[in-house]
Amino acid sequence: MLTLYARRRLINAIGLGISALAMLFGLIWLSWILWTLLANGLPQLSMAVLTQMTPPPNSAGGLLNAIAGSLMMTFLAALIGTPIGILAGTYLAEFGQRGWLAPTTRFINDVLLSAPSIVIGLFIYEMYVIKIGHFSGWAGALALSILVIPIVIRTTENMLRLVPNTLREAAAALGAPQWKVINLVTLRAARAGIITGVLLAVARISGETAPLLFTSLNNQFWSSDMNQPMANLPVVIFQFAMSPYQDWQSLAWAGALLITFSVLSLNIMARVLFRQKSTTY
Amino acid sequence: MNVEKTVNPKLVVRDLNFYYGAERALKDINLTIPEKMVTAFIGPSGCGKSTMLRTFNRMYELYPKQKATGEVLLDGENILDKKQDLNTLRAKIGMVFQKPTPFPMSIYDNIAFGAKLYENLSRHDMDERVEWALRKAALWTEAKDKLKQSGTGLSGGQQQRLCIARAIAVKPQILLLDEPTSALDPISTAHIEKLIDELKAEFTIIIVTHNMQQAARVSDYTAYMYLGDLIEFGDTSTVFTNPKRKETEDYITGRFG
Repeated sequence: MLTLYARRRLINAIGLGISALAMLFGLIWLSWILWTLLANGLPQLSMAVLTQMTPPPNSAGGLLNAIAGSLMMTFLAALIGTPIGILAGTYLAEFGQRGWLAPTTRFINDVLLSAPSIVIGLFIYEMYVIKIGHFSGWAGALALSILVIPIVIRTTENMLRLVPNTLREAAAALGAPQWKVINLVTLRAARAGIITGVLLAVARISGETAPLLFTSLNNQFWSSDMNQPMANLPVVIFQFAMSPYQDWQSLAWAGALLITFSVLSLNIMARVLFRQKSTTY
Repeated sequence: MNVEKTVNPKLVVRDLNFYYGAERALKDINLTIPEKMVTAFIGPSGCGKSTMLRTFNRMYELYPKQKATGEVLLDGENILDKKQDLNTLRAKIGMVFQKPTPFPMSIYDNIAFGAKLYENLSRHDMDERVEWALRKAALWTEAKDKLKQSGTGLSGGQQQRLCIARAIAVKPQILLLDEPTSALDPISTAHIEKLIDELKAEFTIIIVTHNMQQAARVSDYTAYMYLGDLIEFGDTSTVFTNPKRKETEDYITGRFG
């Protein structure tokens, strides 16, 4: 009796120990990355980073045009991708019980969700950039929006499925037509979760480099013309970090720090929102 | 009990069969539910009493592979007819579920939700309707100062009364109650039973319950079901004190089920 119990305790201790070690191993890399980022990036942060344009080699400057370009393209991508994602996700969750269309859409969406982002960049390059004849902010936003759509579809569907069927039945039992049930009850019940999904999608695309390399490329000067090549943080970081110039490398660190913290704060916002949801519902 | 009262048929069920896919869950049911009385459906789990309730407002249509055959006549009109509009049917036949289902909106909006669907009420009339429904559901004194607060913040018993208020705010003719107190404590249950007694002056009430004492307390008529068959249907006092069928007696005396 006691020996059996002692054995169980031992196995438990071993299991717990291995899990803790694995957790520690993962955490070490993460904190190392964050530490390096802070150590190299923090000293480079200054007002100039936020107010001046990307400089030529060996001269001082900032990242303003890249920050603005990233914000514009990310915002536009979310603007295009969110309504499509929410509508499609709603279709899958609320109407996708019968027929072949929903399972097929779900499958294709899963494929799209795991498609390498560089493939999406190449696709937009082929379909849009080549036709237009030059790189542009529109193309960048379009490529990013294709990354947003599957994420939002997936989270919207999952969040709507978490809404208990009894709630749908209760609304239908009052004589509400299906579109009202969805609009006024189920989407509202899943609202926090869906917004969380959108925030996570924005966090995901704000660090994407590959799809922008083929689409918006880069621009060393200020440009708010979406029809022109557009500066953006990931590509600037890529270009500056690979360069031999000290000034550029410093700016790359500052940019990396900025992206990491904006992604981090988006994630924290998403968490807080989702926590609020679970307390009210 | 109410044997001398004149009884008008409200809902007449004829040769009703119900299928979940190939499985037959209701078998040739025939019965007549009287107007402005409480009819209780009792029976062990899986006997088809909830299924029966869900055919009366065609709730089963939300799910594929469920179908009903036969006739259910509401004031003489077959509600199982393909031409019957589902939403107007459900506005006439309200339903309250086992678990309280407040919508994620304010108490006021919860009640206004259904009333808004089929009536164009002015602000003032809507206020009156909300108050009327909450008073009928015995929730007004507790809720009148927090009408703008979320309905999900109420206690379980209050939430269930909110759901009853929401159902009657539409002014249905029939109220279907699917085990409305099984998730509630005894005090909330007593509240709701008292409510049922008061509501039958205006509504025809059909209640499904696992609790036989509850059926005996609140209903005028009782139907005992088993494995999709309607075993016995009659005056509650007769069914409970002098059942015609042996199976009914076994169930209500606790020898079975």
